[in-house]
Amino acid sequence: MKVAILVFPGSSCERDCYHVLTKVFGLESELVWHTETDLARFDAIILPGGSSYGNYLRPGALAKFSPVMDRVIEAAESGTPILGIGNGFQILLEAGLLPGAMLANESLRFQCHPQDIRVEVDRTPFTHGIAPGTLLNLPIAHGEGNYFIDQAGQARLEANKQIALRYVGSNPNGSVSDIAGICNEAGNVVGMMPHPERAAEAVLGSVDGQKIFKALINYWEAKK
Amino acid sequence: MYKAEIKVTLKPGVLDPQAKAVAGGLSSLGYNEVESVRVGKYIEVILEADSAEAAASRVEEISRRLLTNPVIEDFSFSLTPMEGEA
Repeated sequence: MKVAILVFPGSSCERDCYHVLTKVFGLESELVWHTETDLARFDAIILPGGSSYGNYLRPGALAKFSPVMDRVIEAAESGTPILGIGNGFQILLEAGLLPGAMLANESLRFQCHPQDIRVEVDRTPFTHGIAPGTLLNLPIAHGEGNYFIDQAGQARLEANKQIALRYVGSNPNGSVSDIAGICNEAGNVVGMMPHPERAAEAVLGSVDGQKIFKALINYWEAKK
Repeated sequence: MYKAEIKVTLKPGVLDPQAKAVAGGLSSLGYNEVESVRVGKYIEVILEADSAEAAASRVEEISRRLLTNPVIEDFSFSLTPMEGEA
């Protein structure tokens, strides 16, 4: 399996993802600049965290027009596993690959701490094989992670089992229904605010983030 | 040439944390008559168009495609013809 890690101007978590995929899991991976127009050689795509385009206008608003995004949209339609982390999640929302939008945290503070997260569904490639109800301790680090969707949209998310991850304990940003991560209807596109790549080695205090990447590997093996 | 002045606001019902903080600030300064506050954005776009109608339809389009996120934001704009064009 070969994983693309997209790099936009202002991305800052791409090397952490690359390190985890290649060094912790021994996967083939490539950092892919946002002007790339061919993603055919990849089996999965990660949009990492950071502040693409300085978060100007709205987080993710400018990155959605990067040339690579047309290929990401095609890949999403053809069922390729795609994970957006933090700012990557915001880009997927702005690009319309996931429903809803992000608002500033209710507290107006940048929230940066370890957070308990509950896995809600195992039908996505990034939660494959993780029993719903499993708790993960993952770092969050964001100022605009207050996920918003209107009531009709929220009902659709619930009905289609698109709420993938929820905050447990106190909600750090005011998101609707404690949402920390969602998937598209098909389940192959996932966005999450917590950072699994920052919790994938014991030296970093938690290895719970490994489960997200391991899930992708297991999903891939099972599909073969 | 036209100048479009575009006003972007959060939709009614969408929580506005910035405005809440501003309202709190005003209240602590003693402006107790302030009933509510909403914070938005002002964007100025200068564009070339054959007519006011054409300019308006263009501004409408760019506002929808990029300047705002229709999930959480509304927009309105005014157009002014600019003097001194070639």
